[in-house]
Amino acid sequence: MEEKKHLLEQLHDIQDADKEHHLSTKKVVELSEKHGYSPAKVYGVETFYTMYSTKPRGKHIIRICENQSCHMANAKNMIHHLEKKLETHVGGTTEDGLFTLELSSCLGMCSVSPAMMIDDVPYGNLTEDRIDEIINSYKEGK
Amino acid sequence: MKFYRMHVLVAEDTRSIMAGAKRVEEALKEEIRIAGLEDEIRVVPTGSLGFSDKDQVAIAIYPDNIIYCPVLVSTVPEIVKEHFLKGRIVKALAHPMEQKEVTMEERTSENQMNLDIQKRILLQNVGKIDPENIQEYIAADGYVALEKALFDMSPEKVIEEVKTSELRGRGGAGFPTGLKWQFTRPNPGPVKYVICNADEGEPGTFKDREIMEGDPHKMIEGMILATYAVGGTHGYIYIRGEYALSIQRLQKAIDDCYEYGLLGKNILGTEFCFELCIHSGAGAYICGEETALINSIEGKRGEPRKKPPYPPSQGLWQKPTLVNNVETFANIPAIISNGGEWYQSIGVEGSRGTKLFSLMGDINWKGTIEIPFGTPVGDIIDNVGHGVRYDRQLKGVILGGSSGSLLVPEELTTPVDFHALAHIEAGPGSGSIVVMDETRCIVDICLNIAEFFRHESCGKCTPCREGTAQICHLLEMIASGNGLPEDIDHLEKISQTMMDASFCPLGQTAPSVLRQALKKYRQEFLDHVHGNNCPAEVCNMNFTEED
Repeated sequence: MEEKKHLLEQLHDIQDADKEHHLSTKKVVELSEKHGYSPAKVYGVETFYTMYSTKPRGKHIIRICENQSCHMANAKNMIHHLEKKLETHVGGTTEDGLFTLELSSCLGMCSVSPAMMIDDVPYGNLTEDRIDEIINSYKEGK
Repeated sequence: MKFYRMHVLVAEDTRSIMAGAKRVEEALKEEIRIAGLEDEIRVVPTGSLGFSDKDQVAIAIYPDNIIYCPVLVSTVPEIVKEHFLKGRIVKALAHPMEQKEVTMEERTSENQMNLDIQKRILLQNVGKIDPENIQEYIAADGYVALEKALFDMSPEKVIEEVKTSELRGRGGAGFPTGLKWQFTRPNPGPVKYVICNADEGEPGTFKDREIMEGDPHKMIEGMILATYAVGGTHGYIYIRGEYALSIQRLQKAIDDCYEYGLLGKNILGTEFCFELCIHSGAGAYICGEETALINSIEGKRGEPRKKPPYPPSQGLWQKPTLVNNVETFANIPAIISNGGEWYQSIGVEGSRGTKLFSLMGDINWKGTIEIPFGTPVGDIIDNVGHGVRYDRQLKGVILGGSSGSLLVPEELTTPVDFHALAHIEAGPGSGSIVVMDETRCIVDICLNIAEFFRHESCGKCTPCREGTAQICHLLEMIASGNGLPEDIDHLEKISQTMMDASFCPLGQTAPSVLRQALKKYRQEFLDHVHGNNCPAEVCNMNFTEED
């Protein structure tokens, strides 16, 4: 009973340790066997939560918010700009495998909207120029 | 302990770190070391100093009561040389209440808040102490309430005080906290859980984050007190996976508590034991609902459970469980220290104490505020938020988040309290105030909210799963100029069905802003469907008459 409580945490751990930031079928089956529940159950759990991915993702995950406050601060344009800049679409990964672009529900940074996170780092008051600057800094830093 | 003649407090909440606060902190330390002042001046990271709507780093200097903002790495040497070394305040770099000397008092009254309106109990320490240093919390009378409770009060007495205070849950539903505790206490069993709901996910809400980043011990002390009161043994803080800094600071706080004997076995040498850990979520709004949250901790899909049984009798792993919000717990230490009657004297009948609000949208000042219940919504906007931006007209206010309510300007004289707001079918909800000016299109706003709920509906029950999708579809049609007059009726019918038949509060409240919009801003919907016209010129109406 007690060991089940850590399923979400375990999935986090597996995903964080994975080079491609995702939960592979192989890893999920291993986890299921270890705890004696069906892979279907684990699959059900991992696909329920937005932060888990069954598909391989890029080195950095960009989560951009499109809820109320960000929406009112032109988040849609920022998303389009990111898509253009990264030459991918929401849910996609850049060709060089550096970024995956995802949408997120409210990140709690409404007072500096529009906002996004790259991995654990938050960025607010986004403009097209600022986005270029941020993305370039990651590209140079790789 | 070392004595320092000066303390430099660097605001290091999420937003300030984003603006480079860590780099400024490093620069300050380096410059202070170069100046040979490291034994005299201490640099301390703290929570938000209240400049949270700007991409700027702010520092506060004690005991001089000076705020420098914005501080850049490049301006640090001057501040250190002139002010710290020579004792001359660098006016040019002080916060721009334009070149005059800026003191703590002025900052407090002019920039951050109008003190006539605000009252800081919960945020008392935020921006003043180092959230990662338990000693500073203790020095600010931290854990005094816990000591008082453990040595001078029975658990029943603690519950009694909380009942006297008339504190109501701050998660949205407003259930009396003391009563919830009373229900939880008698349920037997060797294991009883206390859970802190830190899954702050309501769009437009960031007040819990302010507590967790700025004063995490306050919330933890509240949790320990609650656990003592209800006879709990184990605790979880269920926090959003996205709140990286909050997780880090809470973990540090928990580790320190274990070290200081404030958590674990035999707390403060008594028989009382409490094991507390953090459980991070993985991105699901529904997990803010307490039974969904419990399922999530159990490692399941975060779908809500049937109630009853309620968590106080059968919650986590079928054991008695108390679930309260971050802000609710943060209220507890002051109530125990000062007594329930003291707390009850703040606020108004039926809504006691202070309430945190996240203020945002088309407004001059954005951020987290704390006000006593009973303050009119309009006063908050005018006096704390400094009014609508760009001198525009106010169109309306979304109060209590996307699942909250929609207020028209005439309703803004309503005081923020549970009863008064209930009269206009509203409530403080999650504590979010989103101000909309005249340039906003109500259909567009409703569509954005609908998209959110379509994504966040867990899919367990049909009214919510299908309803959120249908509402979204119909609003998309209306917003693109393809809406039909009967679509408005359909929206009303679907909303009503969702409210009546959804399994949990998510589905029941998802259409609430839309329902009020259809009533209060009906003409705008009619303009969209009849005249293919978006009066605010926000919607992209593909097929206009001219085409």
